[in-house]
Amino acid sequence: MLKIALLIKQVPETGSVRMDETTGTVIRKAADAIVNPLDLYAVEVSLQLKEKYGAEIFAFSMGPPSAAAALREVLSMGVDSACLISDPAFGGSDTWATAHILSETIKKIVPDVNLILCGERATDGDTGQVGPEVASALDIPVVAYVAAVGGLTETSDAKELELTRSTEYGQEEIRLRLPALITVLKSVASPRLPTLDRKIQVRKAKIPVYTQKDLHLDPGNIGLKGSPTRIVKTFRPQIIRHCTIKTLTDESSLQDAVTSLVTWLQQKELV
Amino acid sequence: MQNDSITCNSLKKFQSPDDIWILAEQRNGILQTVSFELLARAVPLAVQSGGSVHAVVIGSSLPDSELKRLIEYGADRVFAIESPFFEHYTIDLYSQALIGFFQDCRPGQLIAAATTFGRTIMPYLAMKLHTGLTADCTKLEMSDSRRMLQTRPAAGGNIMATIQCPEHRPQMATVRSHSCKPLDIDKDRQGEIIRIAACPPSKTSAVTIQKFIPVSEETTIQNATKIVAVGRGIKRAENLKPIQQFAKSIGAVLGATREVVDRGWLPYSCQIGLSGKTITPRLYIGLGVSGAIQHLAGMQTAEKIVAVNKDPDAPIFRIADFGIVGDLFDVLPLLSEMLQKPSGPSPV
Repeated sequence: MLKIALLIKQVPETGSVRMDETTGTVIRKAADAIVNPLDLYAVEVSLQLKEKYGAEIFAFSMGPPSAAAALREVLSMGVDSACLISDPAFGGSDTWATAHILSETIKKIVPDVNLILCGERATDGDTGQVGPEVASALDIPVVAYVAAVGGLTETSDAKELELTRSTEYGQEEIRLRLPALITVLKSVASPRLPTLDRKIQVRKAKIPVYTQKDLHLDPGNIGLKGSPTRIVKTFRPQIIRHCTIKTLTDESSLQDAVTSLVTWLQQKELV
Repeated sequence: MQNDSITCNSLKKFQSPDDIWILAEQRNGILQTVSFELLARAVPLAVQSGGSVHAVVIGSSLPDSELKRLIEYGADRVFAIESPFFEHYTIDLYSQALIGFFQDCRPGQLIAAATTFGRTIMPYLAMKLHTGLTADCTKLEMSDSRRMLQTRPAAGGNIMATIQCPEHRPQMATVRSHSCKPLDIDKDRQGEIIRIAACPPSKTSAVTIQKFIPVSEETTIQNATKIVAVGRGIKRAENLKPIQQFAKSIGAVLGATREVVDRGWLPYSCQIGLSGKTITPRLYIGLGVSGAIQHLAGMQTAEKIVAVNKDPDAPIFRIADFGIVGDLFDVLPLLSEMLQKPSGPSPV
């Protein structure tokens, strides 16, 4: 039986993101937090592998206590167990510290993990780094940008998974010896919806929380202190485009607008 | 130009905190254009830091003629790490060799491309080298105190964040391909090529490549110089046909917003934006695209932006260079017609 770990992140719902017109910043409400949409594809792959070959699926998420809601959601899709990694001491972690904390937790809870599955990236941080960094910390190989997951073959001493990796140049069909970590693209599967039965079942499920007390990590490797990177400045990008606007009211304004557009395109040597 | 084969021990002499290192990309022994783009990023940084530009390439047998091109595009030294086991990229074998190499030469700064290769191997290396990495930087600068200031979009592209890695080295960053142009080639530029024969790997790779299916020669939205993007304003899938013809007639590739893809009107490979692709064409024409911030995050780096939309308040007009407020189905036939005239528009 496979042991699968899923890395899940709770993110702000970007579909409901609104801009503050005066400051140009994104307005976020806590209520708008969802499971990173790209993680759902990894969840679906894990469930399909479980149906085909038998597996035990563990979901991990690091975040504030409210991130338990994200874990509840993947439990209602069919994941077997979930673990929230939450401690104020983990706050301010960059991708290095996050990957360190996640990998140490996986080592503790699923030391014999065969496969770690992640979404391509989180829609908020947008770095796509934590997956490969977790693989590196655990000293297992990583295959990122997996477009399709094929069959699993098991011999007495090895488990191998067939995958298609997407690259700029084409698709690689590969066999990957486990244990390993993969990050998946949207094309890999269509995420199922949680069933009502399971939703009711997990509504009151207690999600175990792992804190620094449970993990005993070196304080120099977690949180802001354990993060090699620092954000030193944030600013609003200056948009220095001078827009020519033509408004259509009738047939002649249409002629005028299109003519000036064509002239403009030609001047810029774009057509 | 020298051409040496050296052992790992002698690499320590190349340690200099001011040098700028790039991780070049090759495929079947041929350097990819993005490697020269990385050099165009590295050269001004080296001027700021007072160091040299070092390029690292890993592969199975890299011809001198190819390595020399890195020098012609700005590298002062080229390190070629070679082994018959490196014919194809595999994360375990490549990272093992590169980690050992970088532990010996201790670069102060290391830049790679935000490609499927760079975006996988750079975090893998950063973790093992215990250092920070900033993905998708749009701007890199060296401060007086040897810090690399790494600027990238945050929060969906509405905010830019400048990130530093104060104490750990190398300071690592990736930059998107096509986000800058290679410098002009200088055939007379001098530099040094250093070949390093990597030790045979301790075990076989966990990754076996069984088959490779190349992408069709067709241009993708990521390398297209012109893109015609469609949004919900096209109303239905049948309306795509004239737009496809128009795009083809001006040599553009079709792109789409998430809504269009979610409706199944165009495949995911066409999706531009936060959950799709980031594009950097010379010309972007948005038809019926309102400009949700997720979409803007993926296309605001286009050189010139043209937008046609009925809604005068559509956010896309805020970042457009040329906007037409009106029905795209009025504009499109006339625009197609006028652009097809070889002599250009006749005065009205």
